[in-house]
Amino acid sequence: MKQLIVAPAPHAHSGDTVRRNMLLVILALLPAYVVSVLEFGWGALFTTLISIVACVGTEWLIAKYILKEEPTIGDLSAVLTGLLLAFNLPSNLPWWIVLIGAVVAIAVGKMTFGGLGQNPFNPALVGRVFLLISFPVQMTTWPLPQGFNGSYVDAATGATPLYYLKQMVKGGDSDAVNHLPDLWNSLLGVMGGSLGEVCALALIIGGVFLICTKVITWHIPVSILLTVTLIAACIGWTGMLPEGMTTGQYVAYQLLTGGLMLGAFFMATDYVTSPMTPLAKLIFGVGIGVIVMVIRLRGAYPEGMSFAILIMNACVPLLNKIRPKRFGEKVKTTK
Amino acid sequence: MNLILIALLVLGLTGLLAALLLYLMAWKFKVEEDPRIDLVQEVLPGANCGGCGFAGCRALAEACVKADSLDGLLCPVGGSEVMAKVGAILGMEASAAEPMIAVMRCNGVCEARPRTSEYDGVRSCRIQNSLYVGETACPFGCLGCGDCVEACQFDAIHINPKTGLPEVDEEKCVACGKCVKACPRNIIELRKKGPKGRRMLVQCVNKDKGAIARKACLNACIGCGKCQKECKFDAIVVENNVAYIDFNKCRLCRKCEAVCPTGAIHSVNFPPKPAPKAEPTDNAVTTADQAQSSQTTKKEEAQA
Amino acid sequence: MKTFSIGGVHPHDNKVYSAHQPIQECPLPKKAIIPLVQHIGAPAQPVVEKGQKVKVGELLAKAGGFVSANIHSPYSGTITKIDSTIDAWGMRMPAIFMDVEGDEWLDTIDRSTDVIRECQLEPKEIIDRISAAGIVGLGGACFPTHVKLMPPPGKKAEVLIVNGVECEPYLTCDHQLMLEHGEEIMIGIQLLMRALGIDKAIIGIEKNKPDAIARMNELAARTLGVEVLPLRLKYPQGGEKQLIDACIHRQVPSGALPIEVGAVVDNVATIYAVYEAVQKHKPLISRVMTVTGKSVEKPGNYSVRFGTPLTEVVALAGGVPEDTGKIIGGGPMMGRAMNNIDMPTNKRVSGLLFLPENESRRVEPENCIRCGKCVSACPMGLEPYLLAKQAEKQMWDEMEKHDVMDCIDCGCCLFTCPSHRPLLDYIRMGKATVGGIIRARAQKK
Repeated sequence: MKQLIVAPAPHAHSGDTVRRNMLLVILALLPAYVVSVLEFGWGALFTTLISIVACVGTEWLIAKYILKEEPTIGDLSAVLTGLLLAFNLPSNLPWWIVLIGAVVAIAVGKMTFGGLGQNPFNPALVGRVFLLISFPVQMTTWPLPQGFNGSYVDAATGATPLYYLKQMVKGGDSDAVNHLPDLWNSLLGVMGGSLGEVCALALIIGGVFLICTKVITWHIPVSILLTVTLIAACIGWTGMLPEGMTTGQYVAYQLLTGGLMLGAFFMATDYVTSPMTPLAKLIFGVGIGVIVMVIRLRGAYPEGMSFAILIMNACVPLLNKIRPKRFGEKVKTTK
Repeated sequence: MNLILIALLVLGLTGLLAALLLYLMAWKFKVEEDPRIDLVQEVLPGANCGGCGFAGCRALAEACVKADSLDGLLCPVGGSEVMAKVGAILGMEASAAEPMIAVMRCNGVCEARPRTSEYDGVRSCRIQNSLYVGETACPFGCLGCGDCVEACQFDAIHINPKTGLPEVDEEKCVACGKCVKACPRNIIELRKKGPKGRRMLVQCVNKDKGAIARKACLNACIGCGKCQKECKFDAIVVENNVAYIDFNKCRLCRKCEAVCPTGAIHSVNFPPKPAPKAEPTDNAVTTADQAQSSQTTKKEEAQA
Repeated sequence: MKTFSIGGVHPHDNKVYSAHQPIQECPLPKKAIIPLVQHIGAPAQPVVEKGQKVKVGELLAKAGGFVSANIHSPYSGTITKIDSTIDAWGMRMPAIFMDVEGDEWLDTIDRSTDVIRECQLEPKEIIDRISAAGIVGLGGACFPTHVKLMPPPGKKAEVLIVNGVECEPYLTCDHQLMLEHGEEIMIGIQLLMRALGIDKAIIGIEKNKPDAIARMNELAARTLGVEVLPLRLKYPQGGEKQLIDACIHRQVPSGALPIEVGAVVDNVATIYAVYEAVQKHKPLISRVMTVTGKSVEKPGNYSVRFGTPLTEVVALAGGVPEDTGKIIGGGPMMGRAMNNIDMPTNKRVSGLLFLPENESRRVEPENCIRCGKCVSACPMGLEPYLLAKQAEKQMWDEMEKHDVMDCIDCGCCLFTCPSHRPLLDYIRMGKATVGGIIRARAQKK
């Protein structure tokens, strides 16, 4: 008889792979991507292409020539990083800035820590924040949706709704309310903003798809969105809003504009940089929600999702100390 | 001007106060330490391998300083040379320790030990040993996953891809004993290095009865006892169907190697064709023995 | 529908191959090897000698301690030697070698097929008969059954939970046993309830066996105090602690036995053996095992006497398939891959699974991506990724602090890991080491 193979149990596997999970996330991002291409035209396509190619290329080069190990670009995690980075950039960003962002994302954000699974911070956000600090003007000049007309260079630019939302509460700009797009447009993404963050509806569809396919759990997105809703509602109830804006509208704007949806469903839920147990995930989400609202209301930047996620990323090792509920663990009674 | 003066004064006073406090603290909580500990530590190799049985070189240095004599205290890495220096510092006589070396007591090379199954789990001897007999039929032999290689801090042990067995680099091995502890099957042993590195050993630990052991591996010791009868110095004991050569008693006559029917006894670092004067042992060696031993060396070469 | 509360995975059940195959008697071999270790605990001590002639059902070896079990002769014939043989993982184990001559049974054993319902025995007598018959848990752990039936002082059993879950993929022997011998199992349940002095029993069956649920329901309707509980599909529902949680919503605390929450769990095959031992005086000399696999010619459920070489059972199922890469004793989740099939059957082996070569090899592990899927899959609420890393780094104290001893070896973590990391391999090794440390500490005190 030929040699039998022996190995410890179990001998079955669910068939799940890293690649499959990454692929599903990329799939879930597609609807939002289609919308942004329709709105921002060639710029969106071009930025994404550069970002992805640069991310994959950087990872391959570093793995092959610096770490001297078999490159693992086949797991698609670099593709996903590139895609997410592009989603966080204005579509009219010069190509060389995109390139720098992608190289920083992979080289500094991921490979310095030892590659996939070792990085404490979300690489795409590391890249994005690096660019935001280095090129503040370019990074905060968002093109207005033009439709798919191919004019990459001459895109008209303008501030995002979040800028006006902040002005409104600060009370500086009395005209702010009139600059906001109407709610339907913010749901469908007809407004200025980063490439992938504009269409809340498409992002929600993608997020629900991920939860249904069990790629992510509901804990992080739901806790982020609930926290933001709650804080925004408190602002409304305390009467800080100007005339012509109801609490409901304000909450809806906070939820639908900026990078909140993209962050809640796709960035904060990144496996490597999010905690593992349900309770820790909830705390993580609430933390992000609080920080993002603090930055949105009081910070120097109109948007704080990237910073909020990165700050909470730093707390993950601590949050991972929270143990899951053990089987047979007695419920602690208060003495 | 006034502002600068005040600032200088406040900062200066604070600094003075802090210095005073630190001085008082240092004085109050001073730990009396024998200055010789530092001296001894400087002589030690500083590898912190733990081979001496203490938690690093500092701990050994402390133990040396505290001890009344250096008996039983040995840095295996530095050997007697370093211990002599330590002795000189402390004004004690260092016991002459013979240099040791880690030896591999399994010779189940691929040709001799047929594979019966293929192990597909984690490459770890510890794990494989806890579940399976290994990839061959020998439940005592080397598993070849290299736990010893991983344990070695001195890069002195490597798996030979040809035989699938680890080999000890005699130049690099410092006999710290890490590999001995790492091996789940207790195959690796620390033995005396021997004069000019020459030593005899049984390269098998199979405790099965002869026929079963032989079926699993052609190089196995079958516990026949021929070597035991042949040995004039009572250096060989056959227990649990496996022979063991006591390195303290062995006089390196190599007679046992000649009579071993399976070639489980090995001589190491002997010259290929021993001339009468090169033989380290005394007149016990006869020409007949030499003829036999040279035969076995040839046989070994042929096997290799 | 009920199930256990923490973790769990959903492997493909693959039961179609051997499901509903009637139990077939395996012919007697010419030579048999009866291992002396067929249970958890001390090996049994042989009471026969070389050259002695024995009949079917005669005692060959008696229990070697409190946690141990008797072993009876499954054949009539002559003892040729008492020596060691090789088990399925290549290790040696003591065994009795026998030449089989005919099939002559002890006169005391009732070999008729009549179902005997009446029982007037005292609880003590029932337990004695179970103990004498050498019955062990046939679900896989092989814990001697009589030990379970004698709760330590101060503890009282409240409910008997019957394990008809068979959550391991591929295996169908318990399912078929319930279909064919449901009535005997029901009597066995009543015997155990009598022995324990309780009036409540719950039969847990997963819903992928609707015919077994229907059959047991029909029988339970006629029996006082017995209830059939259909359970949602989830692995490892057949684990003792998980089953108790699913059936009566009580969680056995860490390190404790089921009796702590008033439950006694027995597998249906064990209960069938109890029936035969108590009502028919037949000791445990055979079991039903499943021989299955995608390319097995005649997959099915075979009643095999212990000591029959596995090769004979395999021959009955059509031989070893061409493409076999791995042969597993038991199911794919917890069964162990064997490195030979020359070994004899014993009380432990509940099935023989032939995996084709292309399913036999593990996928090369990648980096841990900290997805936490192992944490959510672990039915004991442990953190497998952490324990595996600690075991790799030999941090035994940390492992103990993170409750490694609660691990039940179910394999959910490795099953679910998208990076194919060998989590359980490390955890199992760590558990063994930590267990040793704890025992050594206890001995010192």
